Amino acid sequence: MTHRRLTPYFYVAPSLLVMILFIYYPVVQNLQSSLFDWSPFSSDRRFIGLGNYTRLLQDSLFYSALKNNLLHVLVSVLLQVLGALVLAAVLEDRLLRAVAPLLRTVYFLPVLISVSIIGLLFGFIYHPEIGLLNGFLRSIGLEEWTTGWLGNSKTAMLAVISIGQWQGLGYTTMLYIVAIQKIPQELYEAGRIDGCGRIQSFFHITLPQVKEIMFVVTVYTLSQSILVFSDVFVLTKGGPGDASQVLSTYLYRKAFVDNEMGYASTVANMILIITFMLYLVQSKLFNTGRER
Amino acid sequence: MTTLPAALSRERTRRRSYSAASVIGTVCVSLLLLLYFLAVAYPLFWMVISSFKETNDIYSRTWSLPAQWMFSNYTAAWKQGLSDYFMNSVIVTGMTVVFNVLFSAFSAYGLSRFSFRGKHLILALLSAGLMFSPQVSLIPLYKLVQAIGIYDTHWTLILPYVAFKTSLIVLLIRSFFVALPKEYEESAYLEGCTSLGILFRIFLPLSMPIILTAALQTAYYAWNEFMFAIIFVDSDAVKTITAGLMAFRDALSTDWGVLMAGLTLSALPLVTMFVAMQKVFIRGLGDGGVKG
Repeated sequence: MTHRRLTPYFYVAPSLLVMILFIYYPVVQNLQSSLFDWSPFSSDRRFIGLGNYTRLLQDSLFYSALKNNLLHVLVSVLLQVLGALVLAAVLEDRLLRAVAPLLRTVYFLPVLISVSIIGLLFGFIYHPEIGLLNGFLRSIGLEEWTTGWLGNSKTAMLAVISIGQWQGLGYTTMLYIVAIQKIPQELYEAGRIDGCGRIQSFFHITLPQVKEIMFVVTVYTLSQSILVFSDVFVLTKGGPGDASQVLSTYLYRKAFVDNEMGYASTVANMILIITFMLYLVQSKLFNTGRER
Repeated sequence: MTTLPAALSRERTRRRSYSAASVIGTVCVSLLLLLYFLAVAYPLFWMVISSFKETNDIYSRTWSLPAQWMFSNYTAAWKQGLSDYFMNSVIVTGMTVVFNVLFSAFSAYGLSRFSFRGKHLILALLSAGLMFSPQVSLIPLYKLVQAIGIYDTHWTLILPYVAFKTSLIVLLIRSFFVALPKEYEESAYLEGCTSLGILFRIFLPLSMPIILTAALQTAYYAWNEFMFAIIFVDSDAVKTITAGLMAFRDALSTDWGVLMAGLTLSALPLVTMFVAMQKVFIRGLGDGGVKG
């Protein structure tokens, strides 16, 4: 009988143990670690209370990294939340029935390719001399626009953000397409009979029907932009100077280049607070969505 | 029904009167779709074409087809380390998928078929993993994998990957298990089947589509993960593709054709998988909601 009662615990134990050891324990450890001044190479571990936090709030690099993340958020919300919805609606239009599958597949390809491949490829595209982008600009007579995109502190962050869009737009578009395909066709037929044009049926039928997935896409896009790491790391490592530093690369630099582990933990906790708030907003939106 | 002919004729007049505007609109939209198509397809096409070129050829004739098709670039890339990175990625991805799907199926089964004390707490712990991003536990995790002696081995990636994907996959499989009718297992219990037997002989075979979705989602994540892959692994012999390509770039800074061949080879597995199983893939993205 005791054996029967223990059975369910055996079933959940493996997942639970792995998660406790590799997620929950480190998260708690990180809170503690942020209260110390320590480096991985010395045993000297000094308790400094909230010292790291007061330092963070006066750290101009932290703010400029945060600003870069917010720029990423802004562009991503415009393109991957709003632009993707319009794109999905266009791709699902009857007029494009013949070419939509091809376009859909090609638009989705970058989602499947890992960031290091894309990063290295775009290293060539942004290359100052032989880069495709500069070559293209020259060929259409915009010679004066050419620059070393990743080496120029004015354009580095934009170049990185563009890659995020190049890769991410296909994914959110696909999420919307899946949602639009679930809308009953009768709604559109009824709309047509009532004399709804394409734009009207987008606003009166498509938009209300995909509202829920739009919340999901928004929260997803926001957290992607807050957590962006690999794009920046592969392309610029935060440079030139700190022009394209974002929170995650700043955390990496503090931890593994400057060996300021305690301070890096503090940056990590700021990321935790931001993503935790996003999560709260998400679950609140979802619960109200379900109660309706 | 009587109104249908009238509606149709109204539709016809409407269409005629708006035709000029809608033609212009259609042309503009088609142009934008074509531009986006080129922006996605051309860099990838260029990557593949350049992978057959000599370095000089890439430099001096950036936009042309190869002067001489260098199929040897591929064998060179494979021999210069890519084969090792590939094998490591296959091992890490394979193990992550097996462990994650197995553990998650166990948990989902325990949570959906038994009632026991602490069930709600365990469900909450298992699903709350979605709130925590890898960044937040990065530093303690870095210490942890060293302390338990798995740093710089395949396990240093497999176990955290399993941990960070558990929540999504448990929720995915659980929602399917909960919906399975009780009658199946009751008759099996009467015939003396153990609960483990029921999971393997009844539940898993019945849920193959969702298991496949779960496996694909996990594989996608493990194959492309970047941050842990560059931080928790140091030696070339253990590196997965995403991290290996960075080392590959440094080693091949002058041999661009071979580097391009390496990028193309690395992109192939997921792209092929997607083209072969597009339906499952897209449904998985829809079902799982949010990746990452």
